[in-house]
Amino acid sequence: MEKQVGTFAVKKGLAQMLKGGVIMDVVTPEHARIAEEAGAVAVMALERVPADIRAFGGVARMSDPGLIDEIMQTVSIPVMAKVRIGHFVEAQILESLGVDYIDESEVLTPADEEHHINKHDFKIPFVCGCRNLGEALRRIGEGAAMIRTKGEAGTGDVVEAVRHARTVLGEIRRLQNMLDEELMSYAKNIGAPYELVKEVKELGRLPVVNFAAGGIATPADAALMMQLGVDGVFVGSGIFKSGDPAQRAAAIVKATTHFRDAAILVEVSRNLGEPMVGRQISDIPEADLIAQRGW
Amino acid sequence: MNSNQFAGYCSLHIEHWVSEISQGKAQIWGCGGCETPATPPNLGTSTQSLKEPEHLNMNIGVLALQGDFAEHIVILKRIGVETREVRLPRHLDELDGLIIPGGESTTIGKLAIDFNIMEPLRTFGREKAIWGTCAGAIFLSKDARREQPLLELMDISVERNAFGRQVDSFEIEIDIPALATISENQAPYHAIFIRAPLIESVFADAEVLAALPDGRIVAARQGHWLATAFHPELTPDDRFHRYFIGMAAKK
Repeated sequence: MEKQVGTFAVKKGLAQMLKGGVIMDVVTPEHARIAEEAGAVAVMALERVPADIRAFGGVARMSDPGLIDEIMQTVSIPVMAKVRIGHFVEAQILESLGVDYIDESEVLTPADEEHHINKHDFKIPFVCGCRNLGEALRRIGEGAAMIRTKGEAGTGDVVEAVRHARTVLGEIRRLQNMLDEELMSYAKNIGAPYELVKEVKELGRLPVVNFAAGGIATPADAALMMQLGVDGVFVGSGIFKSGDPAQRAAAIVKATTHFRDAAILVEVSRNLGEPMVGRQISDIPEADLIAQRGW
Repeated sequence: MNSNQFAGYCSLHIEHWVSEISQGKAQIWGCGGCETPATPPNLGTSTQSLKEPEHLNMNIGVLALQGDFAEHIVILKRIGVETREVRLPRHLDELDGLIIPGGESTTIGKLAIDFNIMEPLRTFGREKAIWGTCAGAIFLSKDARREQPLLELMDISVERNAFGRQVDSFEIEIDIPALATISENQAPYHAIFIRAPLIESVFADAEVLAALPDGRIVAARQGHWLATAFHPELTPDDRFHRYFIGMAAKK
């Protein structure tokens, strides 16, 4: 057999290598170095963390390839970058640049209100957000090799991440109890490909790695998401909007590994300095909510 | 073989396939998830549990600081040996062998230092079998050409991300003569390389177990230590796990 690149096994495989780890948003090479030294398994390279995207307003787009490239040159761990939902040309640019994973992200302003990118067309793997099982399986059907539950990015409020993780994992548990003849109408109701619904029932989990994202700001938040049953966590604004990013980043990494060990969680939660101030999601006008983007 | 297939079954549904086999259900040659037609993959005798009683009594730990440790555990359970996640030094007690999984070697090394498990791992490794896959192989090595924590047990030098970035990750079939000692299946081994390292050189009494067609080294053994640059835990072919259990049993 000839050597094969860009197969689904290698796309999904990289996400499997990230399991039990923390992926951190970084906006400069210096941040990236701090994240790597703290034990991040990958970094998400972007121009502004979600909290600043909210504050800045306007249209949020793919970051400058020059910045992403600098970050790729700085660290030895995988580098991810975001494209707008449906913006396949931004994805072509990032593929050509050679990033390790593309996040088709609701945090940026969507470029297409109906269609996501056909991710099968790319050799680079994609991660996509979801709020429920149907959304997760639609993205996997389009070729996503990794899923993250959507939180409300840039708020430091973990409530949406919890809601979406509980929704997806709860739906999977209920699906396992369904009879085979119930699967077709269930697939229709949640708008998901039937074959994937069938597979999730048999596996008892998503067929790809599933991380939590959005609003995770403390070691306890990370351990909470892990105990709920996700494979790892993304931390965005929570690290570099806090008082002592290096220490907080390292603490969240440790909490993600030892997520069931309360004695260790006590130690890593001590004296971390100021967390990001955060913004309660119930105070945000509905039109400003990010997690609802994507379909 | 199209790009969505892998060794005879659809790669999207590999875990489903593994779970079917492990539950002893009918073997599906062809993808049960999407009905991709397929031929039987190269399995050796992998659907059978090890019959030797000394193997069944073995307890093989998997270092669970970060990475795809759960994938190793699925295969060990399917073979029928005891297994356990190892995060702290006390979790090494009474194990017969240890697997260090794929993951990010910098993360695994940092957590190993933070939780004081470097020396316990070295002490364990002097007596017992250890196998490192990808990041685990880097962690076992004496030299990774870079400042990062290493166990420095195995006389190999490795180059991280030797094949390039994720876009260069690949699958390939390679011949691994050593596997003939544990299985009559002589089929080539289907290996998955993800941002993989290369074993640049082996020295002292370390020996080469497998190389790519161009001669570059991707698996090595030194006594009771085993290093693979690829990921046997990502395929249903369990010949490598059985080979390692045999190494641990001899210790």
